[in-house]
Amino acid sequence: MVERTPILNFVTHLVLFIGFLLAIAPFVIVVIASSHNLKDVNDVPMSLLPGSDFWLNIKTAWTTADLGPKLLNSFIVATGVAAGKVIISALTAFSIVYFRYPGRTFIFWLIFVTLMLPLEVRIVPTYAVVANVLTPYQAILDVTGISWLIEKVSGVQVSLNLGLLNSYPGLILPLVATATGTFLYRQFFLTIPDELTEAARMDGAGALRFFIDVLLPLSRTNMAALGTIMFLYAWNQYLWPLLITTDQSHAMAVTELKQLIPNVGGIPEWNIAMAGTLIVMLPPLIVVVAMQRWIVRGLIATEK
Amino acid sequence: MASITIRDVKKSYAKLQIVHGVDLDIASGEFVVILGPSGCGKSTLLRMIAGLEEISGGEIAIDGTVVNKLEPRERGCAMVFQNYALYPHMSVAQNIGYSLKVAGVPAAERQLRVQAVARTLELEHLLDRKPMALSGGQRQRVAMGRAMIREPKVFLFDEPLSNLDAKLRVQMRSEIRKLHRRLNATSVFVTHDQVEAMTLADRLVVMNGGRVEQVGTPAQIYSRPASRFVATFVGAPAMNILEGTVDLDGLSLLGGSRRLAMARAGLPVGTKVAMGIRPEAVRLVAPGTAGALDATVDLVEELGAGRVIYVDLDGASFSVMTSEAVHPEPGSAVGLKISPEDMHFFSSDTGTRLEVFKASVPEPAL
Repeated sequence: MVERTPILNFVTHLVLFIGFLLAIAPFVIVVIASSHNLKDVNDVPMSLLPGSDFWLNIKTAWTTADLGPKLLNSFIVATGVAAGKVIISALTAFSIVYFRYPGRTFIFWLIFVTLMLPLEVRIVPTYAVVANVLTPYQAILDVTGISWLIEKVSGVQVSLNLGLLNSYPGLILPLVATATGTFLYRQFFLTIPDELTEAARMDGAGALRFFIDVLLPLSRTNMAALGTIMFLYAWNQYLWPLLITTDQSHAMAVTELKQLIPNVGGIPEWNIAMAGTLIVMLPPLIVVVAMQRWIVRGLIATEK
Repeated sequence: MASITIRDVKKSYAKLQIVHGVDLDIASGEFVVILGPSGCGKSTLLRMIAGLEEISGGEIAIDGTVVNKLEPRERGCAMVFQNYALYPHMSVAQNIGYSLKVAGVPAAERQLRVQAVARTLELEHLLDRKPMALSGGQRQRVAMGRAMIREPKVFLFDEPLSNLDAKLRVQMRSEIRKLHRRLNATSVFVTHDQVEAMTLADRLVVMNGGRVEQVGTPAQIYSRPASRFVATFVGAPAMNILEGTVDLDGLSLLGGSRRLAMARAGLPVGTKVAMGIRPEAVRLVAPGTAGALDATVDLVEELGAGRVIYVDLDGASFSVMTSEAVHPEPGSAVGLKISPEDMHFFSSDTGTRLEVFKASVPEPAL
């Protein structure tokens, strides 16, 4: 159908353009501010013409906040979360869609419930568990009296301790354990025709074989979309890394930006802060641009 | 090659019974077609043979081994699906060779066998394509190739031609027939298309409502249908049925307006009987001819090689198929001549065939 609606076209494009300006403006200001020297950045109003100190500011920000190792940490955590999420989502959805076993609906609802419990809501118990992963098992031993028995018999006091504070697993695992990706995969698996499953059975492929040879290749676009979204989600985490990393060696880039923000009464080095911001938001930007085509396909289209 | 024995096989989902005790013996190398309307349980039966559907009762044996509890891959069956079910992300060669890959056949041997199958099916130039880039007929052939490469004991076809256009369907039909003659593998083919069934089958199984109505060669099924259902389901246009009642010296048809003089053969007076006659067995004669039934033409359907003439026979609709060059006007009168040997009789209550009648030519009632 060809419609000629020039006025409507103009209005829609105008709205789009205004939206684009609103979205891009803060980013432009960050870029311009990061190119000013200390005096220009504190002018009111700040000049919107770029200054000449861009590389200097970037260099200062990089060394002041020690961004190299921080970016590496962020990259490891974000990649870990993205990969872990994709794997766990595909596996759980596979189990829920393709197998009939007792308690399946119950497990499905358990997973569903976690949607309503984001990390921020359960952050205290999650911290307690990460501080000592074996706490629940210790509790079981204590309540059942097994630890008492062991102590009586052998004289050894049972005290299980496996802490994940200041570690990559501690940063990654709590972010992986949520249900969003499972649902994305579940919806996708439900669109795969039963005949394909049956054809694989006739060809002699077992469940795992079918999963690896057929389901995973077919869900490549889903994988890309989910992976990208989770990468951004993990990269932008603030509260959780702040809480469990006390050691600088495991600090993440986003939380470390705080170091660049001028203290009250300190030198107002906003140009440096903006340069740091620019560095930290660049990797997710690159990922989004690179994966954009896949994200759109993975989220809207089923395979043709 | 293998024989299949089906003994009192039943299938039910929760309370709903789909297949009610089917018995069937399929000889080694035979091409058996299961024909029936949609929902008659024919696909379910096929899927139980394949192992995709659990068997609720009874026994299926392939080559004498009961396979009820065996996984599909252990049964030695290959299946061609209605929607082809090709793996969309694999090339044609990968699709055909997948079962060998699963079975752990080395890549070199796999490639040789894929080549051989592709040559048989004339798919050699398409081996690197993805299913998306194939036409319906080509996809169909890839699906066949995927079944063939395993050299299965039994081929199962689940309405494989119903997604093709009419011309391709005819072509693939003869290709399947040729392929079967060459491989001589036991084949079970499910369809609702009677032309497909008649042309392909060594033996035809007609199913209805989860039961086998009749088993026989296509010719037997056409000439001696075992039930009223088979009579009206097989043959196009469908067999004409006239309801009647046994009276003192014959059969009174159409509420008494026509009657057949014949021996009662032990049926009590008042028994309801259905008389069937195929449209192609009726001859058109001039109205008023002695021994013919007078009727009024309703509609003429031109088929090119012949035509179907729908007539009104005392209020009942009746069709006649003729290849003669007659073109009666709608509303005109015609005479219908029916030979006694072309008549089929069925019990109105049970629908089963009655062999007891020696009919004479139906005469107009007095």
